[in-house]
Amino acid sequence: MKKFEVTYKRRLNSNMVWLKIYAPLVAKHAKPGQFIILRTDEYGERIPLTMAGHDEKDGTIDLIYAAVGRTTMLMDQLEVGDCLADVVGPLGKPTHMDGLKKVCVVGGGTGNALAYPLATGMKKAGVEVDMIEGFKTKELVILEDEFRAGVDRLYVVTDDGSYGEKAFTTDKLKQLIAEGNEYDEIVAVGPPMMMKFVCQIAQEHNIKSIASLTAYMIDGTGMCGGCRCNIGGEDKFVCVDGPEFDGSLVDWDELIRRSNYYKDQEAEDRAHVCRLTGGVRYHD
Amino acid sequence: MINLVREKNPMPEQAPDVRNKNFLEVARGYTEDMAVREAMRCLKCRKRPCMSGCPVMVKIPDFIAKVAEGEFEEAYKIISETSSLPAICGRVCPQETQCEGKCVHGKKGEPVAIGRLERFVADWHAANFGDEEIKPAQSNGHKVAVIGAGPAGLACAGDLINKGYDVTVFESLHKTGGVLVYGIPQFRLPKEIVAAEVAKLEAKGVKFVTDAIVGRAMTVDELMKEEGFESVFIGTGAGLPAFMNIPGENLLGVCSANEYLTRINLMKAYLPEYDTPIQHAKNIAVVGGGNVAMDAARCAKRMGAENVYIIYRRSAEEIPARAEEIHHAVEEGIDFRYLTNPVAVKGTEDGHVCGIECVKMQLGEPDASGRRRPVEIKDSNFVLDVDCVIMAIGTKLNTLILDTTENLEANAKGGIGTNEEAATNRPGIFAGGDAVTGAATVIKAMGAGKVAAAGIDEYLSK
Repeated sequence: MKKFEVTYKRRLNSNMVWLKIYAPLVAKHAKPGQFIILRTDEYGERIPLTMAGHDEKDGTIDLIYAAVGRTTMLMDQLEVGDCLADVVGPLGKPTHMDGLKKVCVVGGGTGNALAYPLATGMKKAGVEVDMIEGFKTKELVILEDEFRAGVDRLYVVTDDGSYGEKAFTTDKLKQLIAEGNEYDEIVAVGPPMMMKFVCQIAQEHNIKSIASLTAYMIDGTGMCGGCRCNIGGEDKFVCVDGPEFDGSLVDWDELIRRSNYYKDQEAEDRAHVCRLTGGVRYHD
Repeated sequence: MINLVREKNPMPEQAPDVRNKNFLEVARGYTEDMAVREAMRCLKCRKRPCMSGCPVMVKIPDFIAKVAEGEFEEAYKIISETSSLPAICGRVCPQETQCEGKCVHGKKGEPVAIGRLERFVADWHAANFGDEEIKPAQSNGHKVAVIGAGPAGLACAGDLINKGYDVTVFESLHKTGGVLVYGIPQFRLPKEIVAAEVAKLEAKGVKFVTDAIVGRAMTVDELMKEEGFESVFIGTGAGLPAFMNIPGENLLGVCSANEYLTRINLMKAYLPEYDTPIQHAKNIAVVGGGNVAMDAARCAKRMGAENVYIIYRRSAEEIPARAEEIHHAVEEGIDFRYLTNPVAVKGTEDGHVCGIECVKMQLGEPDASGRRRPVEIKDSNFVLDVDCVIMAIGTKLNTLILDTTENLEANAKGGIGTNEEAATNRPGIFAGGDAVTGAATVIKAMGAGKVAAAGIDEYLSK
């Protein structure tokens, strides 16, 4: 097996892909909630991705991503046997599970891929887990069978009602709380806007909330400071202090603003990938 | 014969208004003739004060004497006895506070240009003997791990491989070189030089493992207990960038110098074929007065900024950057605002930087560092219109290795605790460079790497 070789590829829906990558150093120490940084080739960016799982025996890690940026679009071109240039990790602090009895994990869209190791890992650690999977529409639903097998109760909701219940994740969460479920913690993994509202609901009910944040970063060891965010009035680095933080302390508006910083440059890059080269670099 | 000219032979350089638009090396290097003439300025003092200023004790008068005789390869051999990376040191050492600061010539004129001569000798060797075959050293069978492929780690690995150790270097980034590749810009230290030094070490038998974060993918204890490393050197560098904790610091367009420089130097944001995003600001304020601030400001100019300001709270007397960097920055059009301190970053409604509010300072009584303490002048606030702010005010220590290594003790500053032989409280574990001292210089890190190599050799020879 070559370093960082793709050993498995499965298309989950029109834009989401599940890859297994051979990275034994990472797989040996990976824990739920941790992430890696990868680079597709010499000219690529370093992007962080939360691991969707790992297998120490095979030396592989699982990455589930939506092809929405230049790097993930380039990754979309990879087939089994191809290699990434770099994979470094595991990074960040693992999910905190000690002392928890019952939690609700709320995943939005792509975030469900990241919620998967977290929710099933908690269940394995003896925590009772309710899982809310939320998607825009039926076609985007992923990992339903996997979740059903790995948590206590799974609720699938779609914005348009084309699959599961017609509801937003926040509505479903409110309903579960109203029905008398007593959670020690609510974990939000998904778009920042969804996480903001999930954490607000938790706060209204005096339940502790945890949000798994993503941010721009380069090295992942605290050296660049690009991922800093305001947590309870203090600057924290997502890469070394996170990626999970107390949701009630996150400055969501700042986080949302910062996560869109390079949006314009990225839109331009994307156009170059899909229109000009179809994903193939012109200088290779 | 001694050349009695009081000034250094000038260094050929790219013209300021040309070089501030490209990333090619600024200083082009001495010709053979210039080097010989400069070497002849050396007075061959019996007490050799210059050597006492060198952290790795290069036999300066000896190598300079060989340059004066035109025996450049002999000069290279003399430098190589004590310095692992002369092509790098000749370019980035703060000579004015080290070897050249002690030169007797400096009392009545300019010191001998020791740094330029060192660079000349190293470059001459690379050009004329660079492709010579390097034989792997005879192995003594002892396995040593070096953590961090920066100046401390490379110097340590170089000395250990020469002594026959089986050396593996673990690097967290995808490229080797540490601050030499992510921090110091191409125009000051071409990355090809760093790559050549690493290739030399590889040819001698040093193994490099990139993308390997010790403390995450493996621990120091695992390296020793499971992987069979008998000794470990920790040279992981300084770590986390400091911010000022002033309002507006998380606005879009504020970043650390580490981030800005890494995007440009490691991730090559200045080359169109790389994907790395970077801010193309028009007016940039760089806060700080060290070499890192100069590097960031000069990069900013090259990235197309119209106005680049250095904001420094003390005066030109106290500024810590190398004299040459300041001189070059001024020539390239960087606007120095001394005795000025930021109090807030100003933003637009959508959260982008639109200015930096500063206050004027004056110098008061000397503080603990012996420098006069800057004091705010009341009601002197003003706003400088900028759309990007780069913070270059130093770093805090990264505690990853301390947190993940059993019973490893910290020093008073929070770095890894060591004795004078670079040994930590744990037998077999050594440390050096910025990970111990906090942010310092490349040559000091190399010196620490060499001290540790000697300590490891002694430890494993017992």
